[in-house]
Amino acid sequence: MIWLTWRQFRAQAITAAAALAVLAIVLLVTGIGLAHAYNDAGLPGCHGGGCAGAASLFIDEAKANIYHLVFYAGVFLVYAAPALIGVFWGAPLITREIEAGTFRLAWNQSVTRRRWLAVKLGLIGLAAIATSGLLSLMVGWWSSPIYAAAQQAAGSNSLSISRLDPPMFGAQGIVPMGYAAFAFALGVTLGALIRRTVPAMAATLAVFAGVQLAWADVIRQHLIAPVRSLTPLNVSAINELSITSNQTMTVVAAAKVKSTAWVLSNQTLTSAGKPFTGPPTNACISGTTQQCNAWLASKHLQQLVSYQPASRFWEFQWYETAIFLAVGLALAALCSWLIRSKRIA
Amino acid sequence: MAAALEADGLGKQYGRKWALADCTLTVPAGRVTGLVGPNGAGKTTLLNLATGMLAPTTGSIRVLGGVPGSGPAQLRKVGFVAQDTPTYAALSIADHLHFGAAANPGWDAGIASARIRALRLDPAQKAAKLSGGQRAQLALTMAIAKQPELLILDEPVASLDPLARREFLQALAETVAEQELSVVLSSHLVADIERVCDYLIVLVASRVRIAGEVTELLASHHLLTGPRSEEDSLPGDWEIIQASHVGRQTSLLVRAAGPVKKPGWAVDKVSLEDLVLGYMSQAAGGTTAGLLTGAAR
Repeated sequence: MIWLTWRQFRAQAITAAAALAVLAIVLLVTGIGLAHAYNDAGLPGCHGGGCAGAASLFIDEAKANIYHLVFYAGVFLVYAAPALIGVFWGAPLITREIEAGTFRLAWNQSVTRRRWLAVKLGLIGLAAIATSGLLSLMVGWWSSPIYAAAQQAAGSNSLSISRLDPPMFGAQGIVPMGYAAFAFALGVTLGALIRRTVPAMAATLAVFAGVQLAWADVIRQHLIAPVRSLTPLNVSAINELSITSNQTMTVVAAAKVKSTAWVLSNQTLTSAGKPFTGPPTNACISGTTQQCNAWLASKHLQQLVSYQPASRFWEFQWYETAIFLAVGLALAALCSWLIRSKRIA
Repeated sequence: MAAALEADGLGKQYGRKWALADCTLTVPAGRVTGLVGPNGAGKTTLLNLATGMLAPTTGSIRVLGGVPGSGPAQLRKVGFVAQDTPTYAALSIADHLHFGAAANPGWDAGIASARIRALRLDPAQKAAKLSGGQRAQLALTMAIAKQPELLILDEPVASLDPLARREFLQALAETVAEQELSVVLSSHLVADIERVCDYLIVLVASRVRIAGEVTELLASHHLLTGPRSEEDSLPGDWEIIQASHVGRQTSLLVRAAGPVKKPGWAVDKVSLEDLVLGYMSQAAGGTTAGLLTGAAR
């Protein structure tokens, strides 16, 4: 079975390896330039406020350069790889055999179909994990000066690239391996259920994208209870103030957390701990900013910020990877049950 | 010796439709059994149940005494050439044989390569480039080299041209002669069955209409032609399978244990095709004129 699996997967494996090799060359060529620029800016090993300016400058330069494009292309590819794996490796795995009728050939050798599936899922699943892991490693190496500079520039609020922020988090570290395992198993399972290649591919893409979005937007932040910081509102830090016609007023001040933190919510509360909704006085409706701020200061408002500190990056990475791997394994078990219970013939 | 295949009250339902219902039959071991019947009789469903590709909805089926597809040992005993003889288009003949060797402990590489040589096929050829006949031969080679105790073939020649059809059946007959092997072959064409089979089962609408050794069946069935008026005065131990009338003349397909003789009536040997058609049209409930006209040939 190992031989057949390899023989049937060979072309796809070569395609993936070639794509990774081309990408490696592009990343190496541009990445060396980026690393030099980081060195030339005197940033390696630099700590403290003195580096913030240089780090900001470095990031601004990178943004104006081709590096900007490569950075986002890298993020995109790390996200796209698991989806492509699910669609092109996972979904057709069983449907292709059904459509060509070859499952009747494969499942009538002296190997049970359960073992046939186990070998396929195991080997191609490992290849999927390795591909995504390698891609994440390469892109991670390339982007490391940018993330490091973002950390060093943390003092200046003008920039914020949090490694925990939803669009960036999933493109780093080990989570792409979890996504790849999940996407692959999802593709195979939907193939076993739908039994036709193209609809199974479409369904895999839709479900995987949906899960990714829902996960990043809604679920991830609950994996670890966020830090809640309740502080007196600094009226001079207010950067949002709105008054509606029905006399409600909202006020938001800049969060007093590191710019590398992932801010989940930022609320202004009354001294009694209720959300502050006004009503506004004339000082804020027709007065100057100073008059309004003085009135707000007299109300002793509080600021409640709920956030995930950047130091939890690896904790989140491990949790999320483990969860996606576990769901992938559960799908593999479901698949094994689907083809063993002879629903396919 | 366990029967090659034993079905008891076997049924398979797809949604609300029964592809096979309440089928009870025995296929003896050590024979080349032809399973004939019209399209939709349930032949393919029966054979897919026999290989464990399908699970029965009702009843039971045992193949060589075991439950179909129940494990590696059972899989090893049964070779299957599925309908349309599927092969991997992107894989070469050599790849297929490599796969067979890797996936079957009983694989005989000598048989496989000898067959491919005898067929004058290039092992480097991709299956996609093979003709239908060559693909069928490759599928047969894989099933034979596995050295099964029972070889099941589902309409293996249905899509082949007459020459390829004959070559395939000849190859099958040679294999049967060389190896101790039970074979079940389904077809809706009697000519195919006649060439290789020594045991016949006629399956119509899930029911076995008749089963028996081909020579015995041919010896006990007769074709009689005589005046229509005398149709009612036939001996009681003759079973009329089919009657058809042309003008004042009647043609009868009769099953009788002893010799058949009746003054004024012509007695002819029956061909296997007429016999099968007779039972099929009996099942259809008609004494269809014209079906027996083949007898005139």
